[in-house]
Amino acid sequence: MRWAVVTFPGSNCDQDCVDQLGRVLNQDVVSVWHGDSELPEVDCVLLPGGFSYGDYLRAGSIARFSPIMKAVTAFANKGGFVLGICNGFQILLEAGLLPGAMQRNIGLSFICESVSLKVENKSSALTCQVPSDTQVLEIPIAHMEGNYTADEETLKALNENGQVLFRYCTEQGNVNDAANPNGSAGNIAGISNANGNVFGMMPHPERASENILGGTDGAYLFQSLIATMEGQR
Amino acid sequence: MKARVVVMPKKDVLDPQGKAVSGALHALGHANVEDVRIGKLIILDLGDDLNSDEATSKVTEMCEALLANTVIEEYSFELEG
Repeated sequence: MRWAVVTFPGSNCDQDCVDQLGRVLNQDVVSVWHGDSELPEVDCVLLPGGFSYGDYLRAGSIARFSPIMKAVTAFANKGGFVLGICNGFQILLEAGLLPGAMQRNIGLSFICESVSLKVENKSSALTCQVPSDTQVLEIPIAHMEGNYTADEETLKALNENGQVLFRYCTEQGNVNDAANPNGSAGNIAGISNANGNVFGMMPHPERASENILGGTDGAYLFQSLIATMEGQR
Repeated sequence: MKARVVVMPKKDVLDPQGKAVSGALHALGHANVEDVRIGKLIILDLGDDLNSDEATSKVTEMCEALLANTVIEEYSFELEG
């Protein structure tokens, strides 16, 4: 499958994504600059982590107006797969491609650590290759603004439609306050849009996709997207 | 003309910064502080070409599109000059 990884000024996980997709997962990857106004012919667009525009004003608020985002929005609206990781998730929220908003972490600290994630929905395009006997993934987070919030109505819709993909949990899979690193509503760590083609997650699967990085759980997510896209061909 | 735009977290949205500063003020002995909310002040220089109706409309557009995230923030502004 062919992927576009977008680089914004201040992105810093773009090459990690290019490396994991290309070298580890054998995908065809194209780097795209934020100032481009057209996307190449691709199956999936990835918005990587980092600090686009220095997180000025609000994380992702300026990047969402980058020229490439018009093309990304059109691609998403046509049903194309879009995955936003960390700052990429924040950009998708600011762009209105995903519901809700991010606030500063409840403890006001930048958090960089491995977390446990309960997979809430294994039928999504991002999670369908998570093994049936695996309920909890170990994937790192690294962010200052990961405190997901949305109004009650939106949270209810996310829950009812199976749009919540990951929740922060204990190693045993219990979703509780103690396992919530940043104050996110309902311990939410990752969601999809109602159509199931746009995904946002704060944890970094590209930092957990091969053993030398300390874990491979992140690879399940890329493999899920790959399997879904191959199935649609 | 200038616009002074104030962007604040909505009342029902928890403000972690305000809460931390409130705690610090209490630690300094300011027990009468009941709540602290922290927002942003943005000053826009709009030049001399707009009348106040046009400026109001433009600044509203800027707030809705970029300056505030209306999911979690509210904004107000005053025009000067």
